[in-house]
Amino acid sequence: MLKLGVPSKGRLMEKTFDWFGARGIGLRKSGSDREYAGAVEGIDGVELVLLSAGEIPRELAAGNIHLGVTGSDLVREKLANWNAQVSELASMGFGGADLIIAVPQVWVDVSTLDDLDAAAAAFRRTHGFRLRIATKYHRLVRDFMREQGVADYQLVDSQGATEGTVKNETAEAIADITSTGETLRANGLKILDDGLIHASQATLFRGRRRDWSDAQRAQLKTLQMVLGL
Amino acid sequence: MPTSPETLTEARRLRDLFAAKGAQVFKADVLQPADTLLDLYGEDIRARAYLTTDPLRGEMVLRPDFTVPVVQMHMEAHADPARYTYAGKVFRKQETDETRANEYVQVGYEVFDGQNPAAADAEVFAAIAQGLAGLPVRAATGDIGVLMAAVRGLRTTDARKAALLRHIWRPSRFRALMKRFGSVKVTPARAALLAADDPFADAGPDIGLRSREDVIARIDALRADAAAPPIAAEEIALIDAILALRETAPNVLSALRDIAVDMPAISDAVSGMGARLEALADRGVDVATLEFEGSYGRTSLEYYDGFVFGFYATDRPDHPPVATGGRYDALTAQLGQGRAVPAVGGVIRPDLALGLLPC
Repeated sequence: MLKLGVPSKGRLMEKTFDWFGARGIGLRKSGSDREYAGAVEGIDGVELVLLSAGEIPRELAAGNIHLGVTGSDLVREKLANWNAQVSELASMGFGGADLIIAVPQVWVDVSTLDDLDAAAAAFRRTHGFRLRIATKYHRLVRDFMREQGVADYQLVDSQGATEGTVKNETAEAIADITSTGETLRANGLKILDDGLIHASQATLFRGRRRDWSDAQRAQLKTLQMVLGL
Repeated sequence: MPTSPETLTEARRLRDLFAAKGAQVFKADVLQPADTLLDLYGEDIRARAYLTTDPLRGEMVLRPDFTVPVVQMHMEAHADPARYTYAGKVFRKQETDETRANEYVQVGYEVFDGQNPAAADAEVFAAIAQGLAGLPVRAATGDIGVLMAAVRGLRTTDARKAALLRHIWRPSRFRALMKRFGSVKVTPARAALLAADDPFADAGPDIGLRSREDVIARIDALRADAAAPPIAAEEIALIDAILALRETAPNVLSALRDIAVDMPAISDAVSGMGARLEALADRGVDVATLEFEGSYGRTSLEYYDGFVFGFYATDRPDHPPVATGGRYDALTAQLGQGRAVPAVGGVIRPDLALGLLPC
């Protein structure tokens, strides 16, 4: 039996059901709307597990599910060395969102990471602490900033309404997910020209643990054939 | 993982070896206040060290090395010169390679002595080499001081030199800055901003702590920078030449002497390197075969600003170094509250050293 983890609610779940449906595999919630059990039609040996998109990376890495649909950003954020623990089977073409760095529009002198780095150095000198960037994507942002050689910043945790942190003066800049940039503009923010950290979309992953049985490996082959992967 | 009895025995042997050279034995708490490290390294330390919170003491860190506590203790003690040794576990997160240990024993030898820096460098290198005697290791060396002297000697503005010095340890940003300072090209958007009568014409609302004054100050700095001539191509080529050096130490020394003809600013650093090689030879180090790399020690999250070295298993170049060390004068200045003491030190990992013994 292969366990397939799918986000348990919202558009991500519906779009995932549509994606599998278009490829001949019917997924649906069984029982009442509140129940997180699912049914699979069109293929044997696959069990649907509905759970939060944010938990899917961890459950894949732990081997509690074998396949999972979640955002590529969540996998990179939640799993250290992610591609040793899971691998991508298919990019699904929906749930697109960019993880970006945004700064206030009034920073007319800052449009690139090079500017941000210079502004951070001056900010630390004048204000006595490191320029704060609010985010919930600590690993992705930190790795990106290290690669790009940006210094004198610090990350502050923000699990929601991140666009508002600058106005509230709990951060000077943000790193967050955006699909259209509308909310950013409405909050007086702009995206850095080279501030794209990761272009995320819904992705079908498989866990890379070695304890799969031969039957499970055969099952995956069949599933990939049906899905045309 | 519990430390094996063999590793503990080896750690004690090394610590005794260093103590016999006149080093006081130093002990440090496993849990250290995190503020110093956060101040020194910022966000990067969170990826490398284990941080935790104490309800009364605030953010704490499982010591990622002994150097910072040793420097803090020494700067308070006001007793120069001094030598210290220690043996104990350090803790480092491993985000990419599960097979690398996240806690391991380090045995260190640190020398605070400004009398003769070349001799102190050689003393530490020789002590570490002696600790590893008989093992199949090769040494790599470098000197970040030469690169820093070269940057300080560039014929350009102090602001540009400060920006480059700030990124000595971040090679990609350093390269980007060199490229920018070496060119007169400005993007159309940047040119428009610098020429604008009111740079804030299309700006959004004033939000956040970085104020309009901060932005104006930076625009002024950008205007001053745009007015400065680019760093000459010959000077950039000299920096590139220093970074590309990779040869035996005597050959590098003669190459650097040639570079110093065109770039006199590095003369002192180059003579310092010459004096160090002599001091190393006096201590019996085979200088003729010693490797030297112009960019060695730049990519690690460290505080070295002069001589740097590492010892690697001869046939395992992919393994972490068995021993590392270097000079960290600037760290003592940062932690010394106005006082600075020239300092150099090195550490050995006894577990890795034992792994190199023939079975």
